[in-house]
Amino acid sequence: MIRVVLPPHLRTLAHVKGEVQLEVAGQVTRAAVLDALEARYPMLRGTIRDHGTEQRRPFLRFFACERDLTHEPPNAPLPDAVAAGAEPFLVIGAIAGG
Amino acid sequence: MSGVRVLVGTRKGAFILTSDGKRERWNVSGPHFAGWEIYHLKGSPVDPNRLYASQTSGWFGQIIQRSCDGGKTWETPGGGMTKTPEGMPAGESNKFVYDTSPDTGKPLTTHQWYDGTQHPWEFKRVWHLEPSLTDPDTAYAGVEDAGLFRTSDGGKTWQELPGLRGHGTGPKWQPGAGGMCLHTILLDPANPKRMYIAISAAGAFRSDDGGKTWKPINRGLHSQYIPDPDAEVGHCVHRIALHRSRPNVLFMQKHWDVMRSDDGGDSWREVSGNLPTDFGFVIDVHAHEPETIYVVPIKSDSEHYPPEGKLRVYRSRTGGNEWEGLTKGLPQRDCYVNVLRDAMAIDSLDKCGVYFGTTGGQVYLSPDAGDSWTPIVRDLPAVLSVEVQTLR
Repeated sequence: MIRVVLPPHLRTLAHVKGEVQLEVAGQVTRAAVLDALEARYPMLRGTIRDHGTEQRRPFLRFFACERDLTHEPPNAPLPDAVAAGAEPFLVIGAIAGG
Repeated sequence: MSGVRVLVGTRKGAFILTSDGKRERWNVSGPHFAGWEIYHLKGSPVDPNRLYASQTSGWFGQIIQRSCDGGKTWETPGGGMTKTPEGMPAGESNKFVYDTSPDTGKPLTTHQWYDGTQHPWEFKRVWHLEPSLTDPDTAYAGVEDAGLFRTSDGGKTWQELPGLRGHGTGPKWQPGAGGMCLHTILLDPANPKRMYIAISAAGAFRSDDGGKTWKPINRGLHSQYIPDPDAEVGHCVHRIALHRSRPNVLFMQKHWDVMRSDDGGDSWREVSGNLPTDFGFVIDVHAHEPETIYVVPIKSDSEHYPPEGKLRVYRSRTGGNEWEGLTKGLPQRDCYVNVLRDAMAIDSLDKCGVYFGTTGGQVYLSPDAGDSWTPIVRDLPAVLSVEVQTLR
C-alpha cells in the first residue's frame, strides 16, 4: 500500500481523514501514484495537476523521506520506503498563508 | 409563506442567509467550502433547490459544487464513485478545457497581454454561473481567461461555446486589473436564442442563436484607455443588467460611465447624469419598475472606495440621468469598502429587497426598494458575489 498525505483542503474535498492508502500496480512513480489517487477520488482531478497537460499546479510541491521530489520527472521511481509503504508521499502547499 | 435565500460568495467561503418574507430575522449558515474563494453561487429559476457554486483556489484550481437541497448539502457533480462501463471512476466536473481549431488542432486564438503583445489563453477560474431559465441541469459558466462554457448534465461536464472567442476579435481582448474575465451572462427570458455576455476588458457581446455565434455590441461606448476610444472591442464593461419584462433595454456600468441601450445593445448612450462619480462595478434593476435602476458609485481609478468615505447607493427612477443618493442606514463617514461587480441582487417581493455585499464583509439589505438599509451580517470575509432567491 502506498501512503499519501494530502493538504487539508484536498482531504476535505475528497471526504477523507488522515492518510490515503492506495494500491499502485507496477512501478511506483509520482505519475502512477497520482493516477491511482485521481481514479479513486475523481473530485481531485485538476487540483494537483492540470487536466490536460498533467503539469503540477504551480503552488504545490511533492516531498518524501525528507527529500524534495518536486522537480523529479513524473515517471521516476519514488524512494523504496514510499514504494514499501514505510514512508508517505506528501503533497504540500508551496506557500503558507493566503 | 414567502421567503428569501441570499447566496453570498466570499474570499474565504460561501454563506447562505435565509429569512421569511418580512426579511427582519435572518439565519446564517456557513462558511461552506471554508478557506476557498467562492466567486459565485446561483440557483436555478426552475428548481430553486438546485444551486451551483464556483469554488476556486490559487493552490488547487477550480471546483464546481452543486446542491440539490437549497445548500444544505453539496456534491462535486461527477466527482463521486460512479463508474464508467470499463469500471473506472468518472469525474469531470472541474474540467474546463478551451476548444482548439478543428482544422489545425491549435489554440483558437490569442489575446492581448497588458503590454499589447499577444498571449495564449490560460484557464484560471469560473467567475459567474448562470443556470438556464428552463432546465436545472443546464447552466453557463463565464470564466477567466474570458470564455463561455455550458453544462447540460448538471455540472458533470462543461463544453466551451467557442464561437465567442472564435468570432474574430479575440486578439484585441485584454485583461483588466482583475484579470480577463467573462463576468456577466444574461439570458433573454422572451427569446431563448438570445443571450448577452460581458468581458473585462473586451466589452459586451450578443448571441441570437443560442450561443453559437456572437457579435460585439459596443457602439456608443467611449474609453480613453484604448488606442481608439470608440473601438468595436476593448472596453472594460463592469456589469450589464436587464429587466425581464423588457429584455431589449440594457443598463451598463462601465469602467467609467453608466450607459443604456434600448435596442438590445446595438447602440448605447450615457446616462451617468448627476452621479458623484460614474465609476463603479454593480448595476441592477428594480424587480417591478423597469425604469428604476441602482448603482454604487466608486471614486476610482485605483481608489476603489466610495467618494468622501460615504457609502451611497444611487437610484434612478427615470432609467438613468436623474439619480438620488440613498443613505439611510448606510455608513456616511470613514467608509472605504468596495462593492464588486457580482455583489448586488434584488428579490421580487413587494416591496422588492435590494442587497449588496462589500469587501469589508457586510451584506446590506434594503427591504423597501432602497429607501432604508440595514446590515444582515457585518463581519464576513470580503464579499465577491451576492445573489438572492425569492421563495414562494
